[in-house]
Amino acid sequence: MVMDDVLLETKALQVGYVDKGQPRNSLHSDININLSKGEFVCLLGPNGAGKSTLIKTLSGFIPPLSGEVFVNNKPLSKLKLHDIAKTTSVVLTEQVAPSNMTVFDLVALGRVPYTGFFGRLSSKDVGVVNQAIHDVGLDGFAERMVSLLSDGERQKAVIAKALVQDTPLIILDEPTAFLDLPSRIEIMYLLKIMAKQRHKAILLSTHDLDLALQMADKIWLLAAGRDIEVGTPEDLVLDNGFSRFFNKEGLLFDNDSGSFKVVVEDTKPIYLNGRGTEYQWVSRALKRVGYKTTTSIGNYPQVEITSNGHREYTLQMPNGKTQKALSIHELLGLIQVSGN
Amino acid sequence: MSIINKKRWLGFLLLGVGLIALFIVNISFGSVYISFSDICHVLLGDEASKIAYNSIILNSRLPQTITALLAGAGLAVGGLQMQTLFRNPLADPYILGISSGSGLGVALVLLLAGSVFGVSVSALGVLGQLTVVSAAFMGAFLVLLLIVFFARILRDNTTLLIVGIMVGYAAASVIGIMKYYSPKEDVQAFVIWGMGSFANVGWEQLKVFSPIIILGLLVSLLLVKPLNILVLGENYAHNLGLNVKRTRLYILYCTGLLTAVITAFCGPIAFLGLAVPHLTKGLFRTSDHKILVPAVILAGAVLSLFCNFIARMPGFESALPINVVTGILGAPIVVSVILKRRHINGSN
Repeated sequence: MVMDDVLLETKALQVGYVDKGQPRNSLHSDININLSKGEFVCLLGPNGAGKSTLIKTLSGFIPPLSGEVFVNNKPLSKLKLHDIAKTTSVVLTEQVAPSNMTVFDLVALGRVPYTGFFGRLSSKDVGVVNQAIHDVGLDGFAERMVSLLSDGERQKAVIAKALVQDTPLIILDEPTAFLDLPSRIEIMYLLKIMAKQRHKAILLSTHDLDLALQMADKIWLLAAGRDIEVGTPEDLVLDNGFSRFFNKEGLLFDNDSGSFKVVVEDTKPIYLNGRGTEYQWVSRALKRVGYKTTTSIGNYPQVEITSNGHREYTLQMPNGKTQKALSIHELLGLIQVSGN
Repeated sequence: MSIINKKRWLGFLLLGVGLIALFIVNISFGSVYISFSDICHVLLGDEASKIAYNSIILNSRLPQTITALLAGAGLAVGGLQMQTLFRNPLADPYILGISSGSGLGVALVLLLAGSVFGVSVSALGVLGQLTVVSAAFMGAFLVLLLIVFFARILRDNTTLLIVGIMVGYAAASVIGIMKYYSPKEDVQAFVIWGMGSFANVGWEQLKVFSPIIILGLLVSLLLVKPLNILVLGENYAHNLGLNVKRTRLYILYCTGLLTAVITAFCGPIAFLGLAVPHLTKGLFRTSDHKILVPAVILAGAVLSLFCNFIARMPGFESALPINVVTGILGAPIVVSVILKRRHINGSN
């Protein structure tokens, strides 16, 4: 990537809090990270890792303890408030639900850095606001009251506010928290599209590991008391970055599936023969009840997927007894009865 | 969108017509009956059928009406500013403890002067009234300075709100001690001050009162953009380029000055500052302060004139204390607006 494309950069950044009369409470130090135009980055880490503190520091809400954040090669600490407003827009965890405010009015507040003394919208501003409402998929919602929106719709409206602020950098603090799965996917996809099509640099913190793995250009891993790990999702998997990171947090990360492994004690072997999607799910079901599937026949139960139009599974126990099952529920029942 | 805009213009028209009508009604009615033609004559600078009518209209009803209008507008816009600044629907201009400050000031002169110096200020007439106004203003102004001092060092608004409320409690308790040890007559004078009145402001006082209130109202009109941004909360406001601390000071000075002056001259007028913003938000269904601030100013003036008219309705022996009327009228208004909103919002 060309160096000119770097939008946000930190040099020897130390983040944390300063309480009056208390020693400085440093959470992380020597952070050297950067974010380029068009890049979609997810910040992952457990609660209490300092994600919010890092996000607040990068968006200029709290000053760094030491080091510097550079936006467009200019130090953030030297930028004026209204210049930051035109460089970085934020979506925060706090709920925005003012009474009597329409979606249009909420989104229009993003134009504040560009409007005059009384905040009157020009026809160009109105066009930008309507475009953003369309872009986030809220067509027809402009005159609805924000307080009547669902959580997902409201989050889209706040993202539209960030879009009309027309900044090269958008920082979002857990924008998918409180949302149901479809809304989470929708919001993540929307942000990824914005990064690609508008060449915006987008940083968001999230707990959605699987969505981040699928969509992020880069992942920043943060945990209390440890250095930040940065990389593309795939590199982090192949270099064991994830497993190293999460194993220390007491979780088993499975490099094959890209998800967390839930350890089931006392696994017994079982032979499974079949193909495709159905094989995957039968295998998962067997794993769940304590069996490890193999492809070699031995002195243990055998399952044959004989589905033909309708689902059918043949179970043969080591003693030669053969039974048929028409669903995974039935199959698991047979195995558990015969196995004991 | 055009339907909404039309409705808004209708709302402004309604308030404007209401304001003019109530202004005339306030001048026309009172304990003495004066015919409409006499009123027209007086207002046009002619003589009425009785000389006394000239004096009643020009020196009593007109200044009182202007006072009620300005005080209502000022308190209402102060209430709106506090509700927006603190993002709290229960906030009113007194939430910062400013009226408690003036109450303390007035208690000091009315109660303490009596028991310590043996002078009954309530019996001093015009001089006594001037003393009360000065004491009320001093008390309010000192509390305002205290609040501004805290606003400079405190980061978040909630803490500031708590400081304001605590100042109120502290003042109330000092007043309580003084009341406990004061003679009945002085306590009654203090209680009557606490019920508020628009009648004590004559032309002389209006020379001070009206320019300050008008200035406060103008400043509130200049603050519409920052108020709109603050609706989103301090963090979003900061990200949108607003200097939150400085804006907060401007708003505190504006509301503080309006409240201090109104309370000094009229006593702690209850409820208008809380009820009018709710009424206006219910009427205009918007959070845009470009509409809300002028609408609240108008609605505050209208409701205040209406209360003043009810308080001096012909048929009453003497005028009712204004706070009796504002409370009885204001409480149902707030409740009905909130119930209506709950109905619209469903279970939320």
